[in-house]
Amino acid sequence: MKKYLSFFKMRLMAGLQYRTAALAGLSTQFVWGGMEILLYRALWSAHPERFPMGVEALAAYIWLQQAYLTFFALWHWDGEIMESVRTGAVAYELIRPTDLYGMWMARSLALRLSRGMLRSLPVILLGALIPAPWGLRLRVSPWAFGLFLLSTALMLLVVTSLTMLIYALCFFVTDHRGMFTVLTPVADLLGGGIVPLPFLPAGLRKIAELSPFGAMQNVPLRIFGGDIAGAEIARAMGLQAFWAAVLASAGYAVMRAGLRRTVIAGG
Amino acid sequence: MKLYIHYMSIHIKSRMAYKASFFMECLGHFLIGLELFLGVLFITDRFGAVGGYTLRECALCCGAVLMASSLAECFGRGFDHFAYVLSSARFDRLLVQPRPLMLQILCTELRLNMLPRILEAAVMIGFGAGAVRWTAGKCAVLFLMIACGAGVFFGLFLIYAALCFFTLEGLEVMNIFTDGAREYGKYPFGVYGKGVLWLLTLLVPLALCQHWPLQYLLDRGPWQYGLLPILSLLFLVPCFLAWRAGVRRYRSTGS
Repeated sequence: MKKYLSFFKMRLMAGLQYRTAALAGLSTQFVWGGMEILLYRALWSAHPERFPMGVEALAAYIWLQQAYLTFFALWHWDGEIMESVRTGAVAYELIRPTDLYGMWMARSLALRLSRGMLRSLPVILLGALIPAPWGLRLRVSPWAFGLFLLSTALMLLVVTSLTMLIYALCFFVTDHRGMFTVLTPVADLLGGGIVPLPFLPAGLRKIAELSPFGAMQNVPLRIFGGDIAGAEIARAMGLQAFWAAVLASAGYAVMRAGLRRTVIAGG
Repeated sequence: MKLYIHYMSIHIKSRMAYKASFFMECLGHFLIGLELFLGVLFITDRFGAVGGYTLRECALCCGAVLMASSLAECFGRGFDHFAYVLSSARFDRLLVQPRPLMLQILCTELRLNMLPRILEAAVMIGFGAGAVRWTAGKCAVLFLMIACGAGVFFGLFLIYAALCFFTLEGLEVMNIFTDGAREYGKYPFGVYGKGVLWLLTLLVPLALCQHWPLQYLLDRGPWQYGLLPILSLLFLVPCFLAWRAGVRRYRSTGS
């Protein structure tokens, strides 16, 4: 466990180096969040009765979504890992006395965490400065806030397990970009990236909430805003744990199969 | 011009050498456009209209902006990799070649994978066309919206490249205007309120190619609004000046 922890720490440190990039990204996130808010404000003033969720919950959703972007965005993958499979440099990794899956998992988690932490805090602060009801406010109980943090951790596990599955598939396909190209828009649609899931038509919403993509940003963001509560939280977080387990074991199995097949040539 | 066509044919040939990855990228860009449209569809389906614009009217707007940005990206994306061109000192090579600088950079890349998105935008415009009572003048205005919109997007790429001379790395901030305008241009900018509308009219004149002429197309404004896209081309003047200033400031990073 200790060695995985040190891989985790190494990547975390490396990720925290890029502070200017994070600052630049911050302004983008803030403007995008602001535009979303302005759009929904116009919709709200025309038809408040057709809103499927409360305004405050929606505002919290939008700001946290911007803050959390690097935590859940599928396109934030680890280029080094992909490259190592393609070039064969993965051989060096295999020599190490660690499990490849565990090591990469630790790395990917750390990368997401480091990039996300730098970005999320300033956006959260700025979002909190926006006047009510369109700003970011904590209005749920401390108990729900605890669940929100736990659900954030589960979200990270689901997202990372999914990217791990894709890394594992790299042993079988040479062009990894294709997989992300197709998966990213699907994840956007079913994960609540285009519009929050309650805004989807009823049938599609059902599918999205049950899919692994619905177990990502959707859950913590809606717990924070108070849009889901009680038994709904339990069900949603259960699904998160379920998908994390399924994706992780699928990724592990595929990687084992891939490694058994892999022949590394050259010296 | 002959040189440009020659370069372009080289790009087309080289892209066709790797068909699978090319089609994959095409699919990706197609899905981005589809996402935009789905977003409009879900929202208009629930609320009936966005800021007084129906689904068809939004589709027309979304299609025109998507078409303009895709055209600009298709031909002008050579400027997008500019940070790389500078840091790898490939810019020096461009400077010593006896051909216009701008032409050479335009030649560095042709994004053929924008093609499906251009077609997609055409379909959206076709779908949205049902909301308009067409006249010859309105067709011309639609053409102006797209052509001048592409011009403004191109100007933004130029500024981006010019900034690279000073920072030596790409600035993500510019995404606010390029990707952001494509994303949020799916609704007429007036929807976002007066502040945003005036900012995008006077500072970065994207609204001149979108919100204002659209008013004329939908019979909500005088015909003069239809000519505003031409005015937006004035934006290119400071863009070119910034670019020139950047080039003059350039010092090679060495070998």
